[in-house]
Amino acid sequence: MADVAVQHEVSGVFEPSLFGTYSKKIGMWLFLASDSLTFGALLFAYSYGRLSNPHWPTPFGKESITNATVMTACLLSSSLTMVLGVLAARRGDRAWTRNWLLATMFFGAAFIVLHALEWTKLIHEGMTPFTNPWDADVPQFGGTFFTLTGMHMLHVTIGVIYLGVVALRKKFLPVLLVLWLVGWLTTSGNAVFHIGIHVLLLGAIVSAMVLFLHPKDYDAHDVEVSGLYWHFVDLVWMFIFPLVYLMSTRVTG
Amino acid sequence: MHNIAATHDENKAQYFWVWGALLVLTGIEVVLAYNQVFQPVRMLEVLMVLSVIKAALIIAYFMHLKFEVPFMRFMLMAAIVACLCLMCIFFPDALRIVKLGVQ
Repeated sequence: MADVAVQHEVSGVFEPSLFGTYSKKIGMWLFLASDSLTFGALLFAYSYGRLSNPHWPTPFGKESITNATVMTACLLSSSLTMVLGVLAARRGDRAWTRNWLLATMFFGAAFIVLHALEWTKLIHEGMTPFTNPWDADVPQFGGTFFTLTGMHMLHVTIGVIYLGVVALRKKFLPVLLVLWLVGWLTTSGNAVFHIGIHVLLLGAIVSAMVLFLHPKDYDAHDVEVSGLYWHFVDLVWMFIFPLVYLMSTRVTG
Repeated sequence: MHNIAATHDENKAQYFWVWGALLVLTGIEVVLAYNQVFQPVRMLEVLMVLSVIKAALIIAYFMHLKFEVPFMRFMLMAAIVACLCLMCIFFPDALRIVKLGVQ
């Protein structure tokens, strides 16, 4: 081993990055690699159930497929606005960076609302994580569906909060708290989202800790790293949409 | 927010082209699936091929991996693809359950 490979005692001198880029980006890529295995396992679990059950239900009619297609378009459009935000950040254009990030958050929020409506419809039809109303012999349909899509919805929600922190910093906290309060007060007590909306409160607490304990001016690197996360949730949906929705299409619906 | 040097061609038009291609591929998927053009197994194959193309476009252009150093591209993609492919080892077991008629 070379005895002068790294001079730790010299301030500011470090071994060059193996991947030729900054460490925050490498860190995010490594996180995304591990997260892709999490989603991979959930997708394979769903597919295993599907393959081993000839009576797997096909509950998604025209209305659900249209809804899921619009959701997909929202996510794809959000990826476009995100990449435009990254370009604006590289130019040093603060105003357009914020505008593009807010547009991305809008599309992300639209995705979450449409997905919540889809969930509510299925729950009203009698679907739970332990039962499905279309075939009692395939109870795992609800469990795998809600786990997979719920995990993705959680990722999108975290992504919207992440982008809000990068775009608006401390100004985002009251917005998030108002959204949580409105969501909590307007959903009925027995609805799943009456409890699920507390993710926003948790997000506000974590965001406040980050913003107050480690205040900083988010730069182009931070915008690019947040963009990597956002594109990843879009990427995962590109597999959930065909596997879960399109392969369970009810043509007569 | 400080400037950082652009390391690749930042032509906005390419991102709009990629976005358009992704929307078109999604439209093709929906039309194929809703009209049930293929038998289920063939449909799954076609949808997965289209999804992999869409994923590659997102990773290469939107996530900028196309513009990273070759070592980073190889390390990340080889590791993730190898791990995901290893999960396929369970699928023959799912088919075994169907063939044996296990309830």
